[in-house]
Amino acid sequence: MSTHFKTYHPYVSPFDPCPPILEKAYSTPPNLYMGFQPPNLPQFSPIEALKAGTLWKAFYDPWYGPLEPGKGGLPQ
Amino acid sequence: MWIYEKKLQYPVRVSTCNPKLAKYLIEQYGGADGELSAALRYLNQRYSIPDKVIGLLTDIGTEEFAHLEMIATMVYKLTKDATPEQIKAAGIEDHYVDHDKGLFYHNAAGVPWTASFIQAKGDPIADLYEDIAAEEKARATYQWIINLSDDPDLNDGLRFLREREIVHSQRFREAVEILKDEQGKKKIF
Amino acid sequence: MKQVPAEYYQLMEQLQAVDFVLVELTLYLDTHNDDLEAINQFNHYAKERKHLKKAFESQFGPLQQFGNSYSGYPWNWDDSPWPWQL
Repeated sequence: MSTHFKTYHPYVSPFDPCPPILEKAYSTPPNLYMGFQPPNLPQFSPIEALKAGTLWKAFYDPWYGPLEPGKGGLPQ
Repeated sequence: MWIYEKKLQYPVRVSTCNPKLAKYLIEQYGGADGELSAALRYLNQRYSIPDKVIGLLTDIGTEEFAHLEMIATMVYKLTKDATPEQIKAAGIEDHYVDHDKGLFYHNAAGVPWTASFIQAKGDPIADLYEDIAAEEKARATYQWIINLSDDPDLNDGLRFLREREIVHSQRFREAVEILKDEQGKKKIF
Repeated sequence: MKQVPAEYYQLMEQLQAVDFVLVELTLYLDTHNDDLEAINQFNHYAKERKHLKKAFESQFGPLQQFGNSYSGYPWNWDDSPWPWQL
């Protein structure tokens, strides 16, 4: 299974004005890896699908913001 | 023709009166990678694309109008009862002096929607790659808005919309596979 | 101040869930036109949405117009609330 994130480490200069973010991440959602969707992939129930935004579990890749109470940081 | 349904695609909720969030959301209303651009891009390209993928462009274009209505609902709820003081504190007084609470098709920086936000090259592969890029850009925009928002209910609706971009991108990628398929060869899964 | 009952939201969400499955299957079938199982599932939910639409409209008025829903008396298509007001 593919990971939904990739990370990299930008160069840190002694003259950078802000405290450096040592590791940066970017999204690599499941559609990048699926190819042509095969038949009979596992599905969510209708109400779960609505909440997830997709009928197929393989595409589920939720994004949470750092300011959301109880969540925060990058999604797992 | 199109038939309107008196129903949102997703039950949109907003938990706090925070008109500042409306300023960010308007990017997805009248911005280059917003829902209006998406709907008009696909529903315009479909006239000059091979028949095999006209249905897909029609259906995704139609779904985009449902997303536009969700964004409008969020903006409407965030600004509906805001006082002039709150408008000022939120930094949306520039919008207010021109439109009051009226929605308008412009981006978060106030640039009005323009047809040059979208493309139609008439070449099926070029147009579908444009559409895939548009979906990935809209996905990223939702990420940045969610990062700025502390409203969990609003973010719930935005997460739904971001997930839709992932599925739409998937379908456009499949459309490319269908159009580049060599005659008689079966698609490989 | 007229407000819709809690049941409005419940029935609406049931309809939204079934309609969402239909949207997803529609886009899938647009690129997979020979998936019989998905077509059977699509037709199953198309039937279910018909029942849900009927149940919702009998209590809360038409969801569509231009003749895609029946009208009550007096004409109730343009009754509030509209979706963004709920």
